[in-house]
Amino acid sequence: MIETDRLTRCYGPLTAVDALTLRAEPGQVLGLLGPNGAGKSTAMRMIAGFLAPTSGTARVCGHDVRKEPLAAKRALGYLPEGAPSYGEMTIREFLVFMMRVRGLDRDIAFRRFDEVVMRLELEDVLEQTIGTLSKGLRRRVGLAQAILHDPPVLMLDEPTDGLDPNQKHSVRMLIDAMARERTILISTHLLEEVHALCNRVAIIANGKLLADATPAELEARSRYHGAVSFSAAGSGVSREMLARIPSVASVEVDPLDGRVTVFPRHGQPILEEVQALLRTQNLEVSEIQLEQGRLDEVFRQITTQPRGAQS
Amino acid sequence: MSGVTAIMRRELWSYFVTPVAYVFMVIFLVMAGVLTFYTGDFYDRGLADLQPFFDMHPWLYLVLVPAVTMSTWAEERASGTLELLFSLPVSISQAVLGKFLAAWAFIGICLVLTFPIWITVNYLGDPDNGVILAGYVGSWLMAGAFIAIGTCMSTATRSQIIAFILTAAVCFLLLLCGQPQVLDFFQDAVPPRVIGALGQLSIARHANAIARGVLDLRDLVYFFATIVAWLAASVVVLDLKRTR
Repeated sequence: MIETDRLTRCYGPLTAVDALTLRAEPGQVLGLLGPNGAGKSTAMRMIAGFLAPTSGTARVCGHDVRKEPLAAKRALGYLPEGAPSYGEMTIREFLVFMMRVRGLDRDIAFRRFDEVVMRLELEDVLEQTIGTLSKGLRRRVGLAQAILHDPPVLMLDEPTDGLDPNQKHSVRMLIDAMARERTILISTHLLEEVHALCNRVAIIANGKLLADATPAELEARSRYHGAVSFSAAGSGVSREMLARIPSVASVEVDPLDGRVTVFPRHGQPILEEVQALLRTQNLEVSEIQLEQGRLDEVFRQITTQPRGAQS
Repeated sequence: MSGVTAIMRRELWSYFVTPVAYVFMVIFLVMAGVLTFYTGDFYDRGLADLQPFFDMHPWLYLVLVPAVTMSTWAEERASGTLELLFSLPVSISQAVLGKFLAAWAFIGICLVLTFPIWITVNYLGDPDNGVILAGYVGSWLMAGAFIAIGTCMSTATRSQIIAFILTAAVCFLLLLCGQPQVLDFFQDAVPPRVIGALGQLSIARHANAIARGVLDLRDLVYFFATIVAWLAASVVVLDLKRTR
């Protein structure tokens, strides 16, 4: 479990993280989402014990990072931003060093080592020097290091940054597989990642928590939530008729591909009515879709609203 | 404790996979030999001891120890691995101690490798080997003090060059402050007790005392106090940097 309690960090006059209160339970993958410079990494660094909070505190599995830093660190696996590691070491040497520092029992250590190496597909590159590795491989070494001691809490700062689509997929599978009994906190600025991984999202900007909800709840805030879009030949004719349906708020036509989007009034269901209308008009609909809402739009809306205004 | 030994092993190992260790050793051994035989008048003195050899050590350490210690923390900070290190369940003091012990052990290895000069002097004459052993102990303790100073300077900056220069400057001051010229200079300005205290701060004075074969408790206390004080300062600096 990760809890932060009015966690605050100032750099001189700048408040990087401002009274952030979060809570993530076992089984949850909480995504910290925010524009660059929002304070995601700073918050994580405080939870990891690298930075001291200016005020407030954080707890990892109940261990206060200020009062019991070592117990908190023992329960935590952490992938820092950019996955730093010792460039002159080989992957094997690096992982062995990490196990030694963590004081893992020898038998457990060997078993975990093999397991982690297999999971992250590092078998063939174990003897390579980390300094010569590609960005993606280094990221995987960083992940290996973070899960080596089988921690109940995992904190990953931009875990898929710099990976190709295949590697992204395998890292997401890995996180997904580990999520069941663990608490996982990831930071990202990729919205697709939120969809693929997180069952809760905390949006922060300027160090403040602006939204804390499930991805579906966030999508529901979108203008597109419940909207119906379709492509049809000669759809221009039906535009006015669609707009006359009482539960429809507005109709937009994409000037490029002619795709029509029908927006509902106050989130009322409109799919059936739109479909019925299209049938009566005998329009040849090539494809029709009920929109879930667009996270990128919600993200923009939340993070660019004027300072002080809370969602 | 596993944290301290793991960090110490990694550091010591890292000296030997990079050229640092070998360059250092070669320069140290060559310079120690050259300075002893040419500047130190090893033969002309006609005495079977290693006094001129040990007399050169402070000046060798002055240049070489900062080169070893400058990277210990500065590089860790610059490359971002500090964040990784501090997310591990080791306290700051354990990490500082581990890195310090690694550098100290490394200088110890270098000192052991100067054994040919010990063989030489035993071949040429009949020296007091107890005095020589004390000389080695004194030299190693002095190296420890220099390393502790270098550690502290390296924690204060992310630039290795700044760490090098600061370390060399502080060590130089500590070497100089026991020299009669310096003490004479302050003679009129400060009370005699301060002069005495200033002289007691000198690294060279305590190292020379041990090198003469006298393992005085005061000298040992001086070196251990110096090492502990500078390492404690390193811990404080690292902890301060977490908060700002």
